[in-house]
This record gives sequence, structure tokens and C-alpha cells, in this order.
Amino acid sequence: MKREMVCIRCPKGCRMTVEYEGTKVLNVKGNSCSKGLAYAIDEITKPVRIVTSTVKVINGELPVVPVKTDKAIRRNLIFDVMEKIIEAEVVAPIKEGQVILENPADCGADVVATLELRKVTND
Amino acid sequence: MTEKRSIVIIGAGPAGLAAAVRARKSGIKDILLLERDYQLGGILKQCIHNGFGLHVFKEELTGPEFALRYIRKIHELGIEYKLGTMVISIDENKNITTVNEQDGLRIYKAEAIILAMGCRERPRGALRIPGTNPSGIFSAGTAQRFVNIEGMKPGKTAVILGSGDIGLIMARRMTLEGMKVKAVCEIMPHPGGLTRNIVQCLEDFDIPLKLSHTVTQIHGKTRLEGVTVTKVDENYKPIEGTDQFIKCDTLLLSVGLIPENELSEEAGVLLDPSTKGAVVNQYLETSVDGIYACGNVLHVHDLVDYVALEAERAADSAVKRIKGTNPQKRKRMTVTTGEGIRYTVPQIIDRDEKDKKIKIYFRSKAILKTVRVNAVCKGKTIYSRKFKQLVPAEMEYIRIPSEKLKGRNIIIEAVKK
Ligand SMILES: Cc1cc2nc3c(=O)[nH]c(=O)nc-3n(C[C@H](O)[C@H](O)[C@H](O)COP(=O)(O)OP(=O)(O)OC[C@H]3O[C@@H](n4cnc5c(N)ncnc54)[C@H](O)[C@@H]3O)c2cc1C
Ligand code: SF4
Repeated sequence: MKREMVCIRCPKGCRMTVEYEGTKVLNVKGNSCSKGLAYAIDEITKPVRIVTSTVKVINGELPVVPVKTDKAIRRNLIFDVMEKIIEAEVVAPIKEGQVILENPADCGADVVATLELRKVTND
Repeated sequence: MTEKRSIVIIGAGPAGLAAAVRARKSGIKDILLLERDYQLGGILKQCIHNGFGLHVFKEELTGPEFALRYIRKIHELGIEYKLGTMVISIDENKNITTVNEQDGLRIYKAEAIILAMGCRERPRGALRIPGTNPSGIFSAGTAQRFVNIEGMKPGKTAVILGSGDIGLIMARRMTLEGMKVKAVCEIMPHPGGLTRNIVQCLEDFDIPLKLSHTVTQIHGKTRLEGVTVTKVDENYKPIEGTDQFIKCDTLLLSVGLIPENELSEEAGVLLDPSTKGAVVNQYLETSVDGIYACGNVLHVHDLVDYVALEAERAADSAVKRIKGTNPQKRKRMTVTTGEGIRYTVPQIIDRDEKDKKIKIYFRSKAILKTVRVNAVCKGKTIYSRKFKQLVPAEMEYIRIPSEKLKGRNIIIEAVKK
């Protein structure tokens, strides 16, 4: 089988033609670098994505802190991970890179903060 | 009282931050960064998705992480900045009038000014959709701030008008937060945003993209109750009988960004009607001596990495001016757009023997497959490069060897082979 796909590993967005059978990739054309090949194989065998969102903050200078999965996770787990992210709460202060959720929904990645946030000083 | 500085940078988004860091590293001590917001980082603070920094930092970062890397450098290098400080005017003598709560009105005089004010969203007024005026209609950027910084949800079900990157990113963001995004409508026959965002924001979540469609009617009294979506012909006129009602309580408008250039105009900076940003030469100098522009205030970028690189070039030019090493005796050429090209930056080339290659950024007018982009001087093609595909949403560039430049004009065109 043949599939046209756009590599999303970098903003160049190479347009690729991928030949495959079942979950076996036979040939990839149009990628500009090896990351494109890896992406094509992932898309055919097990599509993965980085998930970014926000988590509720208690006592913070802002009500939410931005977070991401520290690795790309299986695409079919996105909503399971999101469920945990929506339920979660974290107390300020928060450091960039701080682990907010460990391996939620068994996705194989941790959810970490992508911004530092101070504690609010009461006034 | 007027305070003096070598370089004053207006706006502390990625462009302003990158310019400041570069100028300091080149030895300029008295740099002042002015920002009207209460934090550094500009628009990146609300762009919590990943996809930033692959060129500059060689890793994939989210917007806040990208900004934080520059903000730390600003602190390490001890660069002076003022937050909550609005620049209200600049004159042609490079006097900069600012207001903030502590200092009140204050005037700075700079040897060089770098404009880095970014851009703002086109307002709804510019669209004139008939119907009622209920709540639930937001610009995509406002909704992004709502969700990502204030932690609120704009509604339950949404339609997005316009397929610019902010709209696409918000389609995914709202879906993840449990909202139902029913459609993204784009009046043009091609998407406005990057292809990668079509893939990972719409296709991943089965959100329909309706090309050549627009919103023709808004329904609802106090809160939005739905929109009428209609197909358009090649002249963007609604086609009769193609109306479709979509029930939704939220409408996001992602209909483009305009560089924020009121200040620049006041200073006498000439603007390009196609970019809505300043006309610049390859050193990013505007029509006013000693005023430089970079980032989204110059032309709308889709990649922050290019913003940072452009800002570094603007800083280099400002530094050269201050050190008195900027090129002299330059021969001026204009760059004009030929077939298939919407705009170029720079619009002017000031030729100097020391230049090796001149980099010209451009966007195409439409999606063009297998074309050659040519640079033509005095009727002769002096440079040509093949492109598999040009997409209006994706900025490209060519590099022209400067010894081949001839005459007073150069045309950049994209032609079928
Ligand atoms: C929603 C969205 C998604 C994006 N996604 C990506 C992506 O995935 N990957 C990527 O690489 N790029 C992305 N970009 C593009 C990138 O973020 C922008 O191109 C970049 O942030 C622009 O930087 P800037 O410094 O020119 O402008 P801005 O970040 O807008 O900064 C301008 C600053 O100037 C200040 N200012 C303006 N006027 C004045 C004044 N009169 N006085 C004082 N201060 C003033 C403003 O307050 C602001 O802080 C995205 C952009 C948006 C909006
Ligand atoms: S193939 Fe390489 S260059 Fe092309 S989009 Fe993918 S990562 Fe980028």
C-alpha cells in the first residue's frame, strides 16, 4: 500500500510517499533527513505525539501552569493522559522541568512543567 | 529629562530578547529593553504547544521554554529592561517617549532603535459577518490566552473561522480540554497555517477542514447559538443553496495578524503595503537612518527560530552603526515581486563589496508545484533555484551571490518550468 504523509518532526514539513505492507515499511520517498524516515515508520507502526496542556495551580501567581509529556506518547493514549492532566493540581512554587504527573495512564512518559511559577504573596 | 542609551529595543518578545542578547554579546553595554506587558517573552507565553527552537536550540521546545531560555540570558548578562512600560511615540531624531507607573513620562534618546513590537490579530470588525452580536465570539489569540494563562474554557462546542496557525492550534487545544470543535472554515482554497498543524491539530482529531467556506450568518441573542457556513466560489462570493447551519456556542476568528506599526509610521518609517511592515534593506534598516526592524513587526513569521535569527541580524547592524563600522558608499537597488510572489524581505538591497550573499525571504501567492524561483536583473536571470512546492503559509528564502547583482532593480519571480 502507498500513503502520502507530511512529516511533522520539524517545521519544514516534508511531503513523503510511504510504501508499506501491514505494519512493515518498504520504502519512503521525499524526506529530507533520517527523522522523516523514523516518523514514517512510527506513523505506520505506532503513531506518537507530544502532548501539551495546562495543570491547575494552587497558590500560584497564575491559575494554571503549562505542561508537556517529556517524551512522545502513543497517540491512542492522548485522551487517557488528558483525563489525568485535567484532574491534577499542583502547589506553587513550580520549577521548569518539575515532574507534575509520573507516567500517567501508563503512557511511558512523565508530565513536566514548562514554565516556572512563583507562589502568590497574599495581599 | 532625556536619558541616553546606545541601543533601545521596543518589545520584549523573542525578537526583542534575541536582539538584546546579541547586542550585549557584541560588546554594547547600555542597552535598554522596553516592554508594555508585565513579563518578558511576548506572545510565546501563551503558545504552550511544542514546535519551537529546532533551529536555534536544536531541540523541540514549547513556547514558554523557548522564552525562558532567552529570559535567563537577559538576567545573566544583566541587560536593563523595563516592564509595564509603553512606548507612546518615537520621532525621527530617535527620541522615544515612554510611560509607566513609577517613572510617569520619560524620554530616551538612542543611537540606534530596534523595533520588535510584534503583531496583533485582525479584529472582528474587519470581517463584517451579518447577524446578531451575542457573546461567545473570540479572536483565536484571545481564546488562547483564556485557556492557557487564565485556565478557563471558552464554551462547549466551537466553530473556527480561518485556518491560520493560531486557529489550528486552538482547535486541538479545545478538543483536549473536552470541547467539541465541529469545523474549521477557510475562505481560501488552501489552508492558512503550516501543513504540520493541519496534520497534528485537525487530522489527528478528525476535525473537518472546510476549504472555500466561510461563515455568513451569526445566530443567537445573548449567547451564540450557531453559525451559518456557506461555500464560496473562486471570487470568494457565497454560492447560493450551499448554506449549512452548525450549532455551536463558541466562534473563534483566526483571520490573520497585522504588524503593529503605528509607532513606526509616526517615526517616519516607510511601510510595505504587502507585508504591512517596514520597508528594509538587507541590514534590516528601515527608511529612517538608525531604526531597524525585526520579528513579527517586520513581517508575520510562522517560526520563532527565524524571528530570533532575524533579530540577531538587526542587532548586528545596530552594533555596526554604533561602532562606526557599517558599510559606506552603497549602491541602492529595489527588490520587486514578479509572477507568483506575494512579498519579499528585504525590499531594498544596499550593495556593498563586502557582502557575499544576499538572503531574500519571500512568500508565494498560491500553492505552486515544481517551480523555479528566479532573480532577474536587467532582463537576465542571475540566480535560479528549484522548489518542489511553495506554500503561502510557509516562508522560504533564496541566497543570491552579490557579485552577480546588476543595475538598480531585481525582480523575484516563481515560474513553472
Ligand atoms: C498562536 C501562535 C502559535 C505559534 N506557533 C509557533 C510554532 O509552533 N513554532 C514556531 O516556531 N513559531 C510559532 N509561532 C510564531 C512565533 O511565536 C512568533 O512569530 C514570535 O513569537 C514573534 O515574536 P516577536 O518578538 O516578533 O513578537 P511578540 O512575541 O508579539 O512580541 C512583541 C512584544 O512587543 C510588545 N510591544 C508592542 N508594542 C509595544 C509598545 N508600544 N511599547 C512597549 N512594548 C510593546 C508586546 O507587548 C510584546 O511583548 C506562533 C505564533 C502564534 C501567535
Ligand atoms: S524529514 Fe526531516 S527535514 Fe523533513 S520535515 Fe521531517 S524532520 Fe524536517
